[in-house]
Amino acid sequence: MDIHEYQAKELLEGFGVAVPRGGLAYSPEQAAYRAQEIGGERWVVKAQVHTGARGKAGGIKLCKDDHEVAHAADELLGKRLVTAQTGPRGKLIHRLFVEEALPIERELYLGLVLDRKTERVMVVASAAGGMEIEEIAHSKPETIIRASVDPATGMKPFQAREIAFALGLSGGLVAQAVTTLLGCYRAFVELDATMVEINPLVVVSGPRLVALDAKMTFDDNALFRRPQIAELRDKSQEDSRERDAADRGLSYVGLDGAIGCIINGAGLAMATMDMIQHAGGEPANFLDIGGGASPERVAKAFNLVLSDAKVQAVLVNIFAGINRCDWVAQGVVQALQKRPAGVPVVIRLSGTNVEEGRRILRESGLPIVTAESLADAADTVVAAWKKAAA
Amino acid sequence: MTVLLDRSTRVIVQGFTGNTGTFHAEEAIAYGTNLVGGVTPGKGGTTHLDRPVFDTVKQAIDATGAEASLLLVPPPFAADSIMEAADAGLALCVAITDGIPAQDMIQVKRYMRRYAYEKRMRLVGPNCAGVISPGQAMMGIMPSHIYRQGRVGIVGRSGTLGYEAAAQMAELGIGVSTSVGIGGDPINGSSFRDILELFEADPATDAVVMIGEIGGPQEAEAAEFIRTSMKKPVVAYVAGLSAPKGRRMGHAGAIISAFGESAAAKVEILRDAGATVAPSPAELGTTVAAALKRAGLMS
Repeated sequence: MDIHEYQAKELLEGFGVAVPRGGLAYSPEQAAYRAQEIGGERWVVKAQVHTGARGKAGGIKLCKDDHEVAHAADELLGKRLVTAQTGPRGKLIHRLFVEEALPIERELYLGLVLDRKTERVMVVASAAGGMEIEEIAHSKPETIIRASVDPATGMKPFQAREIAFALGLSGGLVAQAVTTLLGCYRAFVELDATMVEINPLVVVSGPRLVALDAKMTFDDNALFRRPQIAELRDKSQEDSRERDAADRGLSYVGLDGAIGCIINGAGLAMATMDMIQHAGGEPANFLDIGGGASPERVAKAFNLVLSDAKVQAVLVNIFAGINRCDWVAQGVVQALQKRPAGVPVVIRLSGTNVEEGRRILRESGLPIVTAESLADAADTVVAAWKKAAA
Repeated sequence: MTVLLDRSTRVIVQGFTGNTGTFHAEEAIAYGTNLVGGVTPGKGGTTHLDRPVFDTVKQAIDATGAEASLLLVPPPFAADSIMEAADAGLALCVAITDGIPAQDMIQVKRYMRRYAYEKRMRLVGPNCAGVISPGQAMMGIMPSHIYRQGRVGIVGRSGTLGYEAAAQMAELGIGVSTSVGIGGDPINGSSFRDILELFEADPATDAVVMIGEIGGPQEAEAAEFIRTSMKKPVVAYVAGLSAPKGRRMGHAGAIISAFGESAAAKVEILRDAGATVAPSPAELGTTVAAALKRAGLMS
């Protein structure tokens, strides 16, 4: 689960990380008021949307007085921000974060990630801040510092000091970097994060070390024990179909093709999509209906896939283990009797109770094409789609 | 002999008396698994499915000589139960549970390092379909009837895609020595490499099918092992050629986040290492058949 920048900063501040003074605004008036409240001479108005690369997309505006702040807020609120990471639809701006603008002396990069190779939390830092980490890895790989943390002891000050010195920090900044690093690590572990990123982490006059931006992502599997994090979810930032799917216990990812997919199991779903591509089509979505798919769940999956206007044919591929093919077949029949598909539907069933499942489909009288094998299913649905599209 | 599990392996179920535990324990018993009891804290001393229930794994081992556990404990408590199994000295734990927090798995993996490698429990999963040695025993949730007994090992992340492979092979008369699901989580027990090592050493296995997917470094590690240490033929497939970067495809681990994690990159690495890559998921069976024929293992 993703959260907003201002939420991440509030959380990290609680763990000792220094952040600029700022306040949330939902209207231009509120934004101007926030600027006065914060004081100073320059402010930044930042769109709060779940994406990176906001600056380049015009989602962050530097302002010199409260009129400019109000004007920037007026421009941003209600707009869809399209960045390099959002896709063409962009993300709707509902909230703004108004912050004091600080004169930056140095920009650093700091990230904490779940490293699958070491199976530990890994700190990634670089003296080349401000750029995306992929960019740094590509253009200045020698500046990247990596350190993995032993989960039995947690991060120790010496390790944080080593990173601080490697970043070229000195004097009082070292102690501040240690506080920042230890705080980020504790936040990561104690809040069940999967990613903490401060980019840039900046040195400002003082000298002080401040988190100018902050991004946190959390482990969905751990939200049951982090109610204070679960509360931060902003559904307006999620793709509406993916959100509806998740609320129904389905795993859905919208894609660009025309062939809707309903499959059980993530691996089989990916393989089936590959197969569709192999046969000359393009999948409209990834959809895993999970292990114990009841008839109700299959019906929900159909409604979800058919709500995508791009879909011109549907492929159902179920390999029943815990599932039973007769249940899945009943679900398909229920769904299509209630709401006719209007597009060709190809179904391939395999595994437990397959004969019974096929019989139910056959006797339903519904216009369903059944396929025996994966190859057969992909060829049939691609042919049906081409015919429908022609 | 097969890998990990055969008809003599003494198995207990952790989370024995719950609905899920009961259902899959019944299936395992019906298949012929030597299921000697189970653990549900607080229900020790009772009997379930004609087998004794214990409060702790240690008690279960003392009373039954259990060597392996099938773990069907709900996600909030699953990591704790895995560590209990490791501490009690079981040789194998197959964790089916889906939805264990990643931090818990970090703890589990760190905890298991307390034991010297030779004495360390082997963990398979979590979030996997389990292990089956066809005709002998099963510890998992797979449809057991689709597997034909034979001499090809299967190792994969995905449950249903593993079933697809086994079914295509059975169709061509090719049987399985053992099928191992290593699970779709980012941090898991046994890796592809760990299981390949077992198959390479197993006299009952002639060849291996490895089914990977996008995300993570484990396919590349496996490729290195295939290159340097494997003599048996390996047929590989990597799911997710059509998957876009940065989007999580169902499994918590199935997300392309770094170089070498896309399906295309993994296919290339595996092919370079000497594995035969199936051109599509519909050709898993035929690719295995061709590889077996080339090696003189099938006529």
